[in-house]
Amino acid sequence: MTLHTVNKSPFEANSLETCLRLARSGHNVLLFEDGVYGASKGTRFEALITEAMQKQNCKIHVLLPDFEARGMSTDNIISGIETVDYAGFVDLVTKNERVQSWL
Amino acid sequence: MEEGGATKKFLYVNRRAPYGSIYALESLEVVLIGAAFEQDVSLAFIDDGVYQLKKGQSTDGIGMKNFSPTYNALGDYDINKIYVDKDSLEERGLTLDDLMNLTWEDETDNYAEKPSISLVNSEELAALMEQQDVVLSF
Amino acid sequence: MKLGIMVSEGPYQHQASDSAYNFTKAALEKGHEIFRVFFYHDGVNNATRLTVPPQDDRNVVNRWSELAKQYNLDLVVCIAAAQRRGLLDANEAKRNGKDADNIAEGFRISGLGQLIEAGIQAERLVVFGD
Repeated sequence: MTLHTVNKSPFEANSLETCLRLARSGHNVLLFEDGVYGASKGTRFEALITEAMQKQNCKIHVLLPDFEARGMSTDNIISGIETVDYAGFVDLVTKNERVQSWL
Repeated sequence: MEEGGATKKFLYVNRRAPYGSIYALESLEVVLIGAAFEQDVSLAFIDDGVYQLKKGQSTDGIGMKNFSPTYNALGDYDINKIYVDKDSLEERGLTLDDLMNLTWEDETDNYAEKPSISLVNSEELAALMEQQDVVLSF
Repeated sequence: MKLGIMVSEGPYQHQASDSAYNFTKAALEKGHEIFRVFFYHDGVNNATRLTVPPQDDRNVVNRWSELAKQYNLDLVVCIAAAQRRGLLDANEAKRNGKDADNIAEGFRISGLGQLIEAGIQAERLVVFGD
């Protein structure tokens, strides 16, 4: 199992798209820093995220401190995405066999 | 240096174009230094990273060092697993012919010159990534 | 678990160093071992003791130094990247005929091999960058 981290807004870079193209079933994805914008409902990337969770069986996480720092509402997180704090980020790193940063 | 012992699989992931930022050059520096540690090294070029391998780079007009010839030396350091993401290449209107012809000499095959670059699709690249112990992203 | 960290961006310009710090601190507080934090690219600028951030802001450099002191962390700055960007310790300053050094407490300058070694020795390596 791999943890993929995405720290770019999907509107700025194609990191999220490439990440999800190359993530395999059961992999974990963590959205943090500007990557957290991808976790909100109603963006043009929502379908991509939803498909990754439903069809690819990826687990998507968002780093809550980064999400809240940007004034984003947790009520508006795409359903199925889990929120984690830094301790949760650490747990994701240790429970996966490797970490792939999509800088 | 901590040589010997267990060998790990290292993957260097390159997703940036050269010259616009220093990531490509400094990534190459890690690869060259890392070669001395005799680990199992692969390089992946994805997204704008494929531009690093473009033929015919000429930096005279920008006053920066053209470091692209260094990729040709990788074969001499036993770094011959260079994977280029087919989708990234195609969406940039490029083919394998647009890239430098990187080769290595196979000493088990009478020093035959063999290509180092493999074009891989998403499924192959995903499988390759899943075999790695360490992924360094640049 | 034994973790390695790579920081590829300087302080303030990008969040990478803050994220790396918060992650490292959380990992240490959970009882994990940090084998090494390796600073590369503009990340070497995390090690300059000459930064003077506004008083109401975090001091990224001091924060790393303090964490290093508290947990005996190995904070390593890449020598090749540091030389390009004007980050020197006393030895390097002398060797290169420079009139000053600027490395902060708790950091040391060494070669890229230290990054590879972190990859070999640590059970996980996490890269923070732009």
